[in-house]
Amino acid sequence: MENNKVITAKDLTKKFGDFVAVDHISFEVEKGEIFGFLGANGAGKTTAMRMLCGLSLPTSGVATVAGFDIYKQTEMIKKRIGYMSQKFSLYEDLTVFENIRFYGGIYGLQDEQIRQKTASLMKQLHLEGEEKTMVRSLPLGWKQKLAFSIAIVHDPAIVFLDEPTGGVDPVARREFWSMIYDASERGITIFVTTHYMDEAEYCDRVSIMVDGRIDALDSPGNLMKNYGVNSMDEVFLQLARKAVRTAE
Amino acid sequence: MKTITVEQLVKNYQNDKVVTNALKGISFSVDQGEIFGVIGPDGAGKTSLFRILTTLLEADSGTATVDGFDVVKDVKKIRNCVGYMPGRFSLYPDLTVQENLEFFASIFNTSIKENYDLIKEIYQQIEPFKNRRAGQLSGGMKQKLALSCALIHKPTVLFLDEPTTGVDAVSRKEFWEMLHRLKIQGITILVSTAYMDEATLCDRVALIQNGQLLSVNTPKGIISEYPNSLWAIRANEMYALLQAIKSDPEIESCYPFGQYHHVAFKNPDSNQKKLENIVQNGKYTDVEIKTITPNIEDCFMALMT
Repeated sequence: MENNKVITAKDLTKKFGDFVAVDHISFEVEKGEIFGFLGANGAGKTTAMRMLCGLSLPTSGVATVAGFDIYKQTEMIKKRIGYMSQKFSLYEDLTVFENIRFYGGIYGLQDEQIRQKTASLMKQLHLEGEEKTMVRSLPLGWKQKLAFSIAIVHDPAIVFLDEPTGGVDPVARREFWSMIYDASERGITIFVTTHYMDEAEYCDRVSIMVDGRIDALDSPGNLMKNYGVNSMDEVFLQLARKAVRTAE
Repeated sequence: MKTITVEQLVKNYQNDKVVTNALKGISFSVDQGEIFGVIGPDGAGKTSLFRILTTLLEADSGTATVDGFDVVKDVKKIRNCVGYMPGRFSLYPDLTVQENLEFFASIFNTSIKENYDLIKEIYQQIEPFKNRRAGQLSGGMKQKLALSCALIHKPTVLFLDEPTTGVDAVSRKEFWEMLHRLKIQGITILVSTAYMDEATLCDRVALIQNGQLLSVNTPKGIISEYPNSLWAIRANEMYALLQAIKSDPEIESCYPFGQYHHVAFKNPDSNQKKLENIVQNGKYTDVEIKTITPNIEDCFMALMT
């Protein structure tokens, strides 16, 4: 493996009985890259992500994440990745600090590191004095930003973001993306799914899954050029309309 | 007669001594046969409003009517004439597709046969799976079944609470096409969404944030109310460009929008020259600057701040 490749996948496939959820996908993601992983509902995104996170064994094909094999080294992978989704991120009935301590502890940070991380996170997120606030009473925009900060509290090689900005107000959504840029500048690879096509345009490269395959993979600019359109929305519609199978 | 009227609705929730002001006195009305969008982020108060209008929740103060009936005094009448599709999937997961539809039809003393015409176009898409349990359906199919169930008693007003949340761009487009076909049949539709781009598919919209309405107008009307002239700019280094523009004191706002940043000046007389000057101070290449018409999201952000 080359050192700057955080994900390598070759012919990665997952079958459930006769159903081919993920059909021979091949791609590479580089260190610090913001990689958009798009597809219609049921195209196979979640199944592919679960394999890359070490939560589901492939049927065939090979892949490495953070240099580790997704068949044999799933526990090593889990230590080196972060994960956040809109549906599951923080514990609502724990305080801000308790959430940081919980996730920091899970990822093996020492108490002193957790204290330092907490202080710097509070400052960065302008949440000073809110350490003892229950997460459920934070506004959604703050919750999402806190969830992202916690997902990368252990400085992972890569963070998987599954529709991280759903329902968030437009200003908070942009603040969230500016945090994504900061993390990527620090060398953390970002693997993100979204239904907002303007967000697809913020990615360095975008892949679009159709019926379990990756039907397009390029920079947003090149994709728009190749499809002769002016927005990723139109690229997505052209590709996703080709889908034969209905969701699931 | 207005199909929906809302006057000074207030709703507060109290939990562990923490009071949440979900609705802070909002007023608007919806005409017969309109597709009216309630557009705002999570936590804006959309679901509270929908639950009050469908008689599932009582407001602390204020009044509202649906199809001429009062939401407090005429609960049963309203329940008979409205269809409601809640944000969370609320059908019976252990009943089949057909059983769910039959159940909702029988509750309203009607049958699938009697109103089949109304749901035909939507229901036909899931009919091949009519013996499948609802819990086993995909997201898109669940959505179509829920809409069929909300329509089976031929309501005059349809309430759809975030029907397209978490739905991909293709399915969202198809869903809105279905709504426009229902509108032609004369059904009034109140629909909420957090996707700002869906505003343009409504006849009129209310922009909502923190329990208050920011604006009520046609999508075009909202865009024409935008206070500044707006510019779109792009260059090779977008992130650096954003920081540079934001730090300039004459800039009112600069937000990323896909491949461009949208820029508004504090002084409406400022022009492209000023933007060119900011860019000249950096080492940008491939610079493109143009004036643009704001979209609903531009307007929403301008109204938020």
